[in-house]
Amino acid sequence: MAQKTVLHASHLAAGAKMVDFFGWEMPINYGSQIEEHHAVRQDAGMFDVSHMTIVDLTGANTRQFLRVLVANDVAKLTVPGKALYTGMLNEQGGVIDDLIVYFLQEDFFRLVVNSATREKDLAHIIAQAKAFNVTVTERPEFAMIAVQGPNAKAKVATLLTADQQAAVAGMKPFFGVQAADLFIATTGYTGEDGYEIALPNDHAVALWENLLAAGVKPCGLGARDTLRLEAGMNLYGQDMDDSVSPLAANMGWTIAWEPSDRNFIGRAALEHAKANGTDKLVGLVMEQKGVLRHGQRVITPAGEGVITSGTFSPTLGFSIAMARVPAATTDTADVDIRGKLVSVKVVKPAFVRAGKKLI
Amino acid sequence: MSNIPANLKYASSHEWLRADGDGVYTVGITEHAQELLGDMVFVELPEVGDTVTQGDDCAVAESVKAASDIYAPVSGEIIAVNDTLSDSPELVNSSPYEEGWMFKIKIADEAELSALLDAAGYQGVIDEA
Repeated sequence: MAQKTVLHASHLAAGAKMVDFFGWEMPINYGSQIEEHHAVRQDAGMFDVSHMTIVDLTGANTRQFLRVLVANDVAKLTVPGKALYTGMLNEQGGVIDDLIVYFLQEDFFRLVVNSATREKDLAHIIAQAKAFNVTVTERPEFAMIAVQGPNAKAKVATLLTADQQAAVAGMKPFFGVQAADLFIATTGYTGEDGYEIALPNDHAVALWENLLAAGVKPCGLGARDTLRLEAGMNLYGQDMDDSVSPLAANMGWTIAWEPSDRNFIGRAALEHAKANGTDKLVGLVMEQKGVLRHGQRVITPAGEGVITSGTFSPTLGFSIAMARVPAATTDTADVDIRGKLVSVKVVKPAFVRAGKKLI
Repeated sequence: MSNIPANLKYASSHEWLRADGDGVYTVGITEHAQELLGDMVFVELPEVGDTVTQGDDCAVAESVKAASDIYAPVSGEIIAVNDTLSDSPELVNSSPYEEGWMFKIKIADEAELSALLDAAGYQGVIDEA
């Protein structure tokens, strides 16, 4: 039996085509994935991300615990509300999950982790938390709506009280604030400005309907994937997983090596991988006809690689991809597309941000 | 419910076929097929003059979701292709039975038509899936 978010009926009413997404029945699109994509790049769109898992960590030792649990360093979080993107690694230096940590109070941090990895994440976090006497509380009573696009914040503002508007005024990227019943964060998965809003399940349908009335377009998982890929953001399970080092997944920037005595889980394996060298995650661009797809072979003079995520970029009008390739790969490669070798450009894995083309 | 015009013939692989007269047949993909594939981004068509055999993959419909082979519903010679699709592949989504047509075949053997489905038969194929 597929799980349904509290917005399920709203999706059907909006004409959604529903698909199974790791046990959740979620909208893939509401008619046209490409129109939804453009709405987010040019105006404002919203995504039901209630399937994502919110985990609250409480206890006096929570910060200490997180300094061991994740590869980025929560010591960087000095202002309440500040958020951090990080990998949670296993002892082999592979990525159990990528997640966002919010610092709310010294004894209260919030994690938002992927839905597909929920069970193993919770098992790992609970097991590791014991030694720190940290309490781990999942928050399934919250729904989550991501509102994204250049006009997203202005459209959300029309629905906020004066106090809520004051709470989010001037909030920089990667912050979260509790404003009455809304937890409003300046985060997202599209490369555009906007919010991710967590709120009690009981209030989610009303917010969704009000956003619709404010002219925010409902967008499905299809557009979410093309938007995040244009923005060069990784998708867990596709661009990295338990067997992949963050160094080979363009996540090197999320590893806090200093201070060198912070012994986070996976550190020893990661230092070893760094010393020995790893593959790298790059961007591919193919301006001729065709679409790069997940799993296609990438051939370079330095050896073979593989496309981890590929799509047609609606903003650019041609195909883009992320690929894991040998470290010595330079600026071109060949991709095996249905038996035909096609030359592609190798670039940094970021293609579009804030409506601007990066390539 | 998908629109399945009664005046067309269908292959179970989701192509439709329309008789234009003089043994010429226009081919495209059904409304149901374009719904499954999602927004079309490229359509790779055969060359005019190509000879195809019933069941051959002779075109590719590439959508945001996947690349799908299009099969020749009958054998014969390709005598025209819909060049408009190179600039406007979305016509396959918006008008699968009219402006989104893909190619025209001069049929080699009318007997092959008996292997195709009528609208009710094709509806049955969709219902089983």
